[in-house]
Amino acid sequence: MTLPALLEQSVAFLLPYEFSPTVLLACIVAGLLYQRGWRRAGGGIGQAVMFWIGLVGMYVMLQTQFEYYAQHSFFMHRLQHLVLHHVAPFLIAVSAPSAIIGAGLPEVIHRHVVTPMRRNRVLRSLYAAIQEPLVSGAIFVGLIYFWLIPSIHFYAMLNVPLYNAMNWGMAIDGLLFWWMIFNLRAPGVSDTRHYGYRLLVLVLVMFPQIALGAYIALSNHDLFGIYAACGRILPITPLVDQSIGGLLTWVPAAMMSVVGGLVLISRWKHQSQQLDTPVSSTPNLGCAR
Amino acid sequence: MSRLKTLLTLCLFPLVLLGCSEEPPGGWHGHDITGVMPDLEFELTNHNGEQVTAEEYRGKITMMFFGYTSCPHVCPVALRKLAAATRDLGDQADQVEILFVAVDPTRDKKVLDEYVAGFNPSLVGLTGTQEQLKEVAKRYRVAFSYEEPQEDGFYIVNHSGAVFVFGPQGKIRLLVDEETKTANITEDLRHLIEESKS
Repeated sequence: MTLPALLEQSVAFLLPYEFSPTVLLACIVAGLLYQRGWRRAGGGIGQAVMFWIGLVGMYVMLQTQFEYYAQHSFFMHRLQHLVLHHVAPFLIAVSAPSAIIGAGLPEVIHRHVVTPMRRNRVLRSLYAAIQEPLVSGAIFVGLIYFWLIPSIHFYAMLNVPLYNAMNWGMAIDGLLFWWMIFNLRAPGVSDTRHYGYRLLVLVLVMFPQIALGAYIALSNHDLFGIYAACGRILPITPLVDQSIGGLLTWVPAAMMSVVGGLVLISRWKHQSQQLDTPVSSTPNLGCAR
Repeated sequence: MSRLKTLLTLCLFPLVLLGCSEEPPGGWHGHDITGVMPDLEFELTNHNGEQVTAEEYRGKITMMFFGYTSCPHVCPVALRKLAAATRDLGDQADQVEILFVAVDPTRDKKVLDEYVAGFNPSLVGLTGTQEQLKEVAKRYRVAFSYEEPQEDGFYIVNHSGAVFVFGPQGKIRLLVDEETKTANITEDLRHLIEESKS
């Protein structure tokens, strides 16, 4: 293939299959705020790379021709959700972007939007409730199961608002879950969500995902007839498509729990070391501000 | 957080809608998808070479099926089933129109009129440019694609298996899949006709 033809094909792939101004705007705003905050607050390179891979990953899943494949192949659909619910939000949350995005937010928004929202009791208690590790874990797994109920899946693939709600829900829930896993309160404030508790939740969410993935992968009949009804575009048989989709729900999804656990353990160890040697590791004691 | 609530409402609302649509006593044989998909709308060329829109078929129950004229098995079987289901309606048969969207215009265009006349009652053959066809396919969330040509130049076209059934005002009503039996399609059509009268 010649270079111009390759370029043309790449550009064609990157154009949205179904243009959504909301997705575009959300990604641009998040990117701009991050960039602005990163320059002001001086974040690390590694952190920025993870954040950007996560953000671009979400955008690619929703606003390129990938979407066409995700609508017409079960395993591509599972891949889309793996990125939207596991990989991209994981990377964004593990990059600890809140301080950077906070620094990027204009003062007006801080004063008139963020602060009142933080003070609002209802919002605070709701947020605390869904960030409670066991609740968050239950929603995380519950959503995967909910959208894979064959009759629900059928309507979700046909109805555009329902389909968009499914994908947005996956992305938002992914962010909330991994945020709960990796977010630490400000130093000094007691954190009820102990590392051990979050590790436990990471382990607990793994099993239902393995069970569901295995059930789909090993099923010997077509569970999701909607793909046959709407036409498949990849040259594989329905059962192969379904098995790969099941494997994607099973193995990499569960692996993300393992990776998340390793990150938590290393952070836990790091924190305990700091606590063990208080004199050397606290030169500023907060006075530097 | 309020976003999550909105989302939940959004998720559950269509399910509520589905529960509201009228069901015949024994239930539908096809999947009731009332309100789930957009109304019948397209701009295509019919088998006589005339430009037509969906407006042309208002007032009739329409069954839309995507396929191609060189299709060896799936399309002839499906279309014959739809024709038989319509024929079995007897004197109500003229209230139903079968729309066959041919997605392989290169081969379909030349033979479409002859092809649709081979069915009893005859179908409405529709085709168009790639852009027009892709637009209709996208609207109904179906896909079609062309496989590599074999040695004799013949190529397979992958297409959807579903039949979309619309009410007389062009509102989407049912999705009939490949396994549905002819008699059951007739029964669903009869209910739709009765419903449109009352």
